[in-house]
Amino acid sequence: MCDQTFLAITFGPCDNCSQNKPLMNIYLKNEPINYCSLCVELMACQGLAKGETTNTLKAESESLKAKLEEERAKLHDVELHQVAEKIEALGQFVMKTRRTLKGHGNKVLCMDWCRDKRRIVSSSQDGKVIVWDAYTTNKEHAVTMPCTWVMACAYAPSGCAVACGGLDNKCSVYPLSLDKNENLAAKKKSVAMHTNYLSSCSFTNSDMQILTSSGDGTCALWDVESGQLLQSFHGHSADVLSLHLAPSETGNTFVSGGCDKKANVWDMRSGQNVQSFETHESDINSVKYYPSGDAFATGSDDATCRLYDLRADREVAIYSRDSIIFGASSVDFSLSGRLLFAGYNDYSINVWDVLKGTRVAILFGHENRVSTVRVSPDGTAFCSGSWDNTLRIWA
Amino acid sequence: MSSKMQSSNNIAQARRTVQQLRVEANIERIKVSKASADLMNYCSEHAKYDPLLMGIPASENPFKDRKPCTIL
Repeated sequence: MCDQTFLAITFGPCDNCSQNKPLMNIYLKNEPINYCSLCVELMACQGLAKGETTNTLKAESESLKAKLEEERAKLHDVELHQVAEKIEALGQFVMKTRRTLKGHGNKVLCMDWCRDKRRIVSSSQDGKVIVWDAYTTNKEHAVTMPCTWVMACAYAPSGCAVACGGLDNKCSVYPLSLDKNENLAAKKKSVAMHTNYLSSCSFTNSDMQILTSSGDGTCALWDVESGQLLQSFHGHSADVLSLHLAPSETGNTFVSGGCDKKANVWDMRSGQNVQSFETHESDINSVKYYPSGDAFATGSDDATCRLYDLRADREVAIYSRDSIIFGASSVDFSLSGRLLFAGYNDYSINVWDVLKGTRVAILFGHENRVSTVRVSPDGTAFCSGSWDNTLRIWA
Repeated sequence: MSSKMQSSNNIAQARRTVQQLRVEANIERIKVSKASADLMNYCSEHAKYDPLLMGIPASENPFKDRKPCTIL
């Protein structure tokens, strides 16, 4: 079955040759211009200053990279765990599975909490998207997507809709109705279109805009009502696997992580990549902001989770142990940011003390890879989804 | 594609990389000690509101099971 898919870039008249073509949104001297790709290449050839060749540009980029490292190293006066030595260590944690949500027929790939702290939406490999009431474990809604591997799902802030997508390269929004008999699939609205699988999606602060990341290496911001592309974010050189929006007080930025081992911080209004971090040794599977918005954590296939501080512009902590050799698929912070919950491919969930860098608990229960971990909006519990077809609520 | 297009592709890419690196090199940074202190302050201030950290009584947590009632 062929789906028509379009590149996540704008389409229209080129500023230079006036032909209607797919446009590349680039910046010249901080001014956004829309040139078609042919004109960009011609301009690059013609606009070369005297003596500027690939070699001089390469040399300049190498020296800039070295300068960047130098600047970052200058401010590296102490490690986070050293500063954290004076605070009390955490006591023993007792966290147990309080609810097990059974009903998916195949691997659970993604889940999200509703802001009412009790509803959960989850999606699985067989194309099913289910909305649960976590207190009672009842299923409230179920939709079957026309594609398999629904890798992304998100609850709208109002609680009235869910968005999901995967191998269909699209993100679709389903409005939820109180009438249980209503066919949800009929009201489906296709919002985003990428040229490769959808890996992650998230509503912004309202139901009106969705941010998506895709295997085509781009992230994009869409208007839900019209399906129009509002902004696209280019900069990753491989699949983007995860994104997370900054907590609302701190402004319009989001962080994304991908298979190019980089975590990038983007400005949503300009589409600019404002900061980039490349210290992981393998694909970054998950990124999450620290609750204050000044830092973010990543989980990667290199079996480590790392904390990056945005104002210090560097990695400030690594959460790893020699005994952990499987990749971390998903991470999330507790409400205060002191605990980091990470789900691993060795079926366990490790709980880390964010400041001291030590592991405080290891949770067993799942019978296959843990694919997703999310703390509830009021912080009373967290939910984990796994390839063993179940979701577990821990408290 | 002719080799001229290939080389211009590389040049355009190299220019973009250089421009991006220039932007990144010029941002304001603070010391790790200050950043760590701020992270620690945030944690301590919000620790009391964190149910998973502090633990809340089973009666208030909707997910924890309540003790069974016996009818006398």
